[in-house]
Amino acid sequence: MTAAAKQVPDSEWLAKLQSGHRTTLARAITAVENETAGAGDIISAIHPHLGHAHVVGFTGPPGAGKSTLVSAYVAELRKRDLTVGVVAVDPSSPLTGGAILGDRIRMTAHTGDEGVFVRSLASRGHLGGLSRTAARVIDVMDAARRDVVVVETVGAGQSEVEVAEIAHTKVVVCAPGLGDDIQAIKAGILEIADVLVVNKADLPLADRTVKQLKGMLGLTKREGWTPPVLRTTATTGEGVDTLADKIDDHADAEGGLRASPVHRVQRLLAGIAAERLKRRIERQDDPAMTELCEAVLRGDVGFDAAASRALELLVKSKD
Amino acid sequence: MTATTHRMPLARPPKVLVTKIGFDGHDRGSRIVAAYLRDAGMEVVYTGPWQEIPFVVNLALEEDVDVIGVSSLATDHLLVPKLMDALREAGLGHIGVIVGGIVPDDEEAVLKDAGVAHVFHAGSSREEIVASIEELVHTVRAQAA
Repeated sequence: MTAAAKQVPDSEWLAKLQSGHRTTLARAITAVENETAGAGDIISAIHPHLGHAHVVGFTGPPGAGKSTLVSAYVAELRKRDLTVGVVAVDPSSPLTGGAILGDRIRMTAHTGDEGVFVRSLASRGHLGGLSRTAARVIDVMDAARRDVVVVETVGAGQSEVEVAEIAHTKVVVCAPGLGDDIQAIKAGILEIADVLVVNKADLPLADRTVKQLKGMLGLTKREGWTPPVLRTTATTGEGVDTLADKIDDHADAEGGLRASPVHRVQRLLAGIAAERLKRRIERQDDPAMTELCEAVLRGDVGFDAAASRALELLVKSKD
Repeated sequence: MTATTHRMPLARPPKVLVTKIGFDGHDRGSRIVAAYLRDAGMEVVYTGPWQEIPFVVNLALEEDVDVIGVSSLATDHLLVPKLMDALREAGLGHIGVIVGGIVPDDEEAVLKDAGVAHVFHAGSSREEIVASIEELVHTVRAQAA
């Protein structure tokens, strides 16, 4: 909440943002990230100016080398004279809410390059691999005329597929030897992939991982675009030009988002509402709730029926 | 939370950059403090040692941090006045800067003159560090608002 963030965003402000003024961008991101008092005005102001950026999501299990690969991809985009925004999401501790934002440590090569703007976000208890307001942070970077916005999720495995709803192109990164039969990405995350990457391709097991991924892709029925399986070595940059080409190809072939933003907002609302409901049920201390739990413990009532009953108790307690 | 219980809680977690500038690589202190701050519910951008001033300034700008903590065990704190100048030049003079590590008394005075908010010496407790930073974040945000 700095001076620039609370001023009502007028056309002068918008011009500054669009011309690449970095402090204006940083403060606008803080506002929408934290849903401060000025956030609504910023969102309204940028709304007519969205749709410039191609949004590329990078996801995959922890340790696959996502941050290093993002950094190498950004370098490739800069060679192609494209401006880049990076949104890197790190997990918050579920116990204290604190976070170490460390992804950008691996993106230091771009210091001093005004064409690259990196911002870290903490997930703040939001499940799904992003943070609650990540989509808006991406919008602000889009409005700031970044050609490509790269989103790196928290280390994700099987169900963190939210990036599918906000990225035009989804890159799933894995590495050889992360577990037998690439179990880390077996479901969900594989289905959202537009481009599959086996990073650390200089490791001996890389060929096997590529074969396994190709085999798994063969089992899934798809229409249109077939996800390529690529090999990269992010630390040397090997294969990164091909990766950038394939992301381009996908943008040309598929273009827009598959998921509608209304659907995404509805799902976000459902998540927030469910969280509130959960807290209220957890705090419910009337005897009927205790009794219900005891009945579940005894095996008198199943979990499904008990959950319905718990919701009924909640409604009653409110009246 | 001891020093800040009389205040309104912060609307969002403190965002703190923990870094080391200069040639010294003794990073255990900065790692421990980064973990303290994380465990106190703060969002910590951690860089590791050997950073240059323009890098730190750029990072503070992009991340819009409230506070920068510089760890210094071998005279690197003498670069901090230059960091303060660079921050002001970049329009980031509102950011609170603290230093922790081995800082002789006469050099502490130099740092304070340059605008450093706190200097933490060996033996500073976790509670002291956390409370001071929370207090500083309150001040920084109140001034910015």
